[in-house]
Formats: sequence, structure tokens, C-alpha cells
Amino acid sequence: MPLTPKTTTPKISVRNLNFYYGEFHALKNISLDVPEHRVTAFIGPSGCGKSTLLRTFNRMYDLYPKQRAEGSIEMDGENLLTTKQDISLLRSKIGMVFQKPTPFPMSIYDNIAFGVRLFEKLNRAEMEERVEWALHKAALWDEVKDKLDQSGLSLSGGQQQRLCIARGVAVKPEVLLLDEPTSALDPISTAKIEELVAELKSDYTIVIVTHNMQQAARVSDYTAFMYLGELMEFGDTDTIFTNPAQKHTEDYITGRYG
Amino acid sequence: MSVNTHELVERQAQAASDRATSWRNTVMDGLFRNLTRLFALLVLCLLAAIFVSLVIGGWTAIEKFGPRFLVTEEWNPVTEDFGALVPIYGTLVTSLIALLIALPVSFGIALFLTELAPTWLRRPLGMAIELLAAIPSIIYGMWGLFVFAPVFQRYAEPAIKATLGNLPGVGALFSGPPMGIGMLTAGIILGIMVIPFIAAVMRDVFELAPPMLKESAHALGATTWEVVWKVVLPYTKIGVVGGVMLGLGRALGETMAVTFVIGNAHELSLSLLAPGNSIASALANEFTEAVGDIYASALIELGLILFLITSIVLALSKLLLARLAKREGTQT
Repeated sequence: MPLTPKTTTPKISVRNLNFYYGEFHALKNISLDVPEHRVTAFIGPSGCGKSTLLRTFNRMYDLYPKQRAEGSIEMDGENLLTTKQDISLLRSKIGMVFQKPTPFPMSIYDNIAFGVRLFEKLNRAEMEERVEWALHKAALWDEVKDKLDQSGLSLSGGQQQRLCIARGVAVKPEVLLLDEPTSALDPISTAKIEELVAELKSDYTIVIVTHNMQQAARVSDYTAFMYLGELMEFGDTDTIFTNPAQKHTEDYITGRYG
Repeated sequence: MSVNTHELVERQAQAASDRATSWRNTVMDGLFRNLTRLFALLVLCLLAAIFVSLVIGGWTAIEKFGPRFLVTEEWNPVTEDFGALVPIYGTLVTSLIALLIALPVSFGIALFLTELAPTWLRRPLGMAIELLAAIPSIIYGMWGLFVFAPVFQRYAEPAIKATLGNLPGVGALFSGPPMGIGMLTAGIILGIMVIPFIAAVMRDVFELAPPMLKESAHALGATTWEVVWKVVLPYTKIGVVGGVMLGLGRALGETMAVTFVIGNAHELSLSLLAPGNSIASALANEFTEAVGDIYASALIELGLILFLITSIVLALSKLLLARLAKREGTQT
């Protein structure tokens, strides 16, 4: 029985998803719908499989030979797990931001242009426009507009993470996956990223994995609580946090374990 | 009262022991620091000593021939007229050929081993490459002379002559009779010899690239090739350049293998198929028969030149790295 929030169209539909790290059964029969143009948060204690679930959406596990997924993940009517579609093309539609900022060893400008160049042939002016647009989207433009030729590594941690978001946005994906995007950042940078998430959701479908329950409560519209590889509860963030259906969920969000 | 006295005595003993410990630490620290400094300075001393003794040994030749030594192709022990142009040219050309061959192959090996090979294959393949580096150079030389050169002469050189030899411009590089031995053969053997060095270093540094960095490039839709070429390689460039320098250093100074296959002819020829000479093989071949001060001194000056070439190559690689760093954006 898939859990579907009402009154929204699903962007990604997960059905009976099982995931294995070698012998280890990491995700057990997950079914849920990620609503379009909303922020969906995955929460749960360490090792519950929330990051694993996120990483199945862009098939990042393909890079590692012993990991495999069964079931189906449909986006726009196409099963991502079995699609004949080119995996790189698929990933370009699904942006991802990681726990730690990972700027490429190149200039700020090239960091943004890197992904765009992979799929589009833009002339110089168009590229400059795109870079500026992406940096505006990530609320970083004002801080870096005078030093676009400097190394992406020269920025502060929070700026680097926004650079990574800009880099993901620049290729105009439909979905943004955020894997604990603020876990390495200070509170001010965290607040900026959270604001950004709220602004970006009008254009993108956003899925965020977070350890921080306040963060989930602040930024998300829907929350999925996972435990030991199973999806325990999924619904409106307000409901999950104020009136959870399950004892497990309540124990976790009230800090009794996790 | 008695308790207080007891405490006082104990405290004093503690203080004395603390003082002893701290004194001992200071002495040991100082000893250790100076010892390591000594070792480090030893390297500088050795470098300077080698340089000075080469200059002294080669002084007779330096005095007699002056800078003309570098641009003269004459090498005549009978008239005692010496010039280093042929071996310098041979050294540089064979090393360049070696790098041209070894660089792409090593990059491919490293890429395959780190990104594409199934896990069970990585270890044995990696070991095989390290073993290749352990083969003594004389074996490469013998193999080159007895196996590779005849085959190369019979099949490859005529084909090269018939195709590349007819091109305008570069044709001259592939002219002359196919002899099997020559600068091209030496370059290819050198290339095979340095591949394991460069490939092993490249593999090691590619493995140092953080998985998350690679994943984030994959997440943007980059293919494995694009990830390695555009992200991993720039990230690891210092290590890669280091590995290339290691290989180039070996190629420049390689003696035995080159001596076997280069032909040891003191003739300047544009054609890569023609025999030539390299500094190291000239030294190895001729030192035993160098009679007369000038001859021996000229050979030592050759050694000095090899030493300088290696230093210049090292300096150039540092410059290259600095320019690369500039191009990717200034770091603050």
C-alpha cells in the first residue's frame, strides 16, 4: 500500500523497493510518492536507510558493483531502475547535493559551467547568463560576482555548499536531492540553505535527508520517518510532528532515541 | 601536622620528578630535532657534492670547448675533439618518445584500475604492474635487442616508412633504412619501461580522490570518462605530474636498456629510425676506453649535462603546476 499525500501530483513513485548492500538488506519494501514542487524530508536514526533511499533516485549505487535495487521507481511514467534511458541523461534531470561541499578543483565560474557544458552547447554570453542565473538562484551571486575566476575551494564552507546547489540548479534539473546538506555547516549558513530550499521548491521537487528534526519541521511539506530500512510513517510534516500515528515516530521526534 | 609534612614531602618529590621529566623531554626533543635536520641537510650536501665533483671532473673539457660543447656534433677521440649535441639530442628525443607512449597508456591503465575494473581484477592487475617495474633494465635491453628490434625492423618500420615517411614535413623523421635499432626503438623500449612507474603513481593518486567528489560529478550527469578527465585529474594533478617526473627521470637516465637498442652511433640524424646515442649510454660504453684527460673529462661533462637536464625538467614541471593552479583560479 503506497503512501500518497492527497491533493498533489506525485513526481517520483516508489513501489516495493528493496535495496541490498551485498548481503545486507538495507531497504525493505518501500513504497511512497514524492509530490511535485514540494519539499519532502526523510528522517530517522543513523543507518535507517534514508540516504540509501535518496541515492536510489539517481542510481548513484550503480557506481558500486555490490549494490543493487529491486522494485520500481517511476518518474514521469518511466521506471528509473530498468530504464533504457542513458544514465547520465537521467542524472542530469536529478540534481544532488552532498553532506559536505564538494566544489570541483576549478574556478567558481567553471564549477557552474561544468555540468551545463556536458549537455548543452551555449555560446559565451548565454553561458555567462546561465552562470549568473544559477548563482542568483542559490543566493550566492552578490558574494562571488567579483571573483568568478577564483577557485571554488577559496570560498567558505557555507558558500561552497551554495555553490554546489547552484551547480546542481544550473543544469535545470526537475528534482533536487539534498543529502544532509547542512551537516557540515555553521548555523548561519544552515539558515541560508534552509531559506534557499523554501525558495527553490516552486521550481523543483526537493527531497532532503536530514538528521536534524527541527530542520525537517522547518523546511519540509511532507515527512517520511524511516527505521531499520522500513518506511514507518509518511505524511504531512505537521501531522507527523504534532500527531504521529505510530509510537515509534513519536519516540523518535520527541528525542527518546535516535 | 604529620599529615601536612607528609604531603609537603610528597609534593616536593613530585615537583622534582616533573622537573626531571621536563628536562629529559627538552633534551630528547632537541636531539631529535637536530638529528632530523642533519638528515635533511645531508641531502643538500650530497647534491652539492655531486655537482661540484662533476664540475671539477669535467673542468678540462669545459675549459677547452666552452659552450661550443653543447652544440657540436663532432665526437672524435682520435683528434680529441668532443661535442655533446648527439647524445643530448638522443637523450631528449628518446625520453620524449617514451613519454608520448607512456602517458596515454598509463592514464588508461590507472583509469581502468580505479574506475572500471571489477574488484577481483584490481589487485592482481595492480600487482602485475608493480612487478613490471621491478624487472631489471638489462632484461628490457636484451629483450629489446633480440626480440623487439628484429620484429620491429621486419614488420613495423617498413610500414612506418611507407605511411608516415611519405608525409610532408614529418616524413624526414621516418626516413632511412629500417635497421631495427635506433632512437625510435630506444624510445619505445623506454616507454614500456616507464609505464609501470607512471601508471602505479597515477593509480595511487586517483584512488585518493574523495568518492563524494566523484559522485557529485556523476550526479551532474558526467560519464566516467568526464569525471576522471575533468575532475579527478585536475584534483590529483600534483601527484600525476610527480609520477610523470618519476618516469621521465628514469627515461632520461636509463642506461643499459638504451645502450642495447639505440645503436650507439655518434651521428646526428633527423630520422628516428637511425641509430643515435644518449648521454647515459655514451657514458656506459666509453668510460672504460676513455684514455687521455680530455676524453674522460668530456664524458664527465656529459654527466654534468645530464644532471642539469634533469634539474631543468624538474623546474619546468614546477612551473607547469604553478600555471595550472593559476588557470583553475587563484586560491586564497
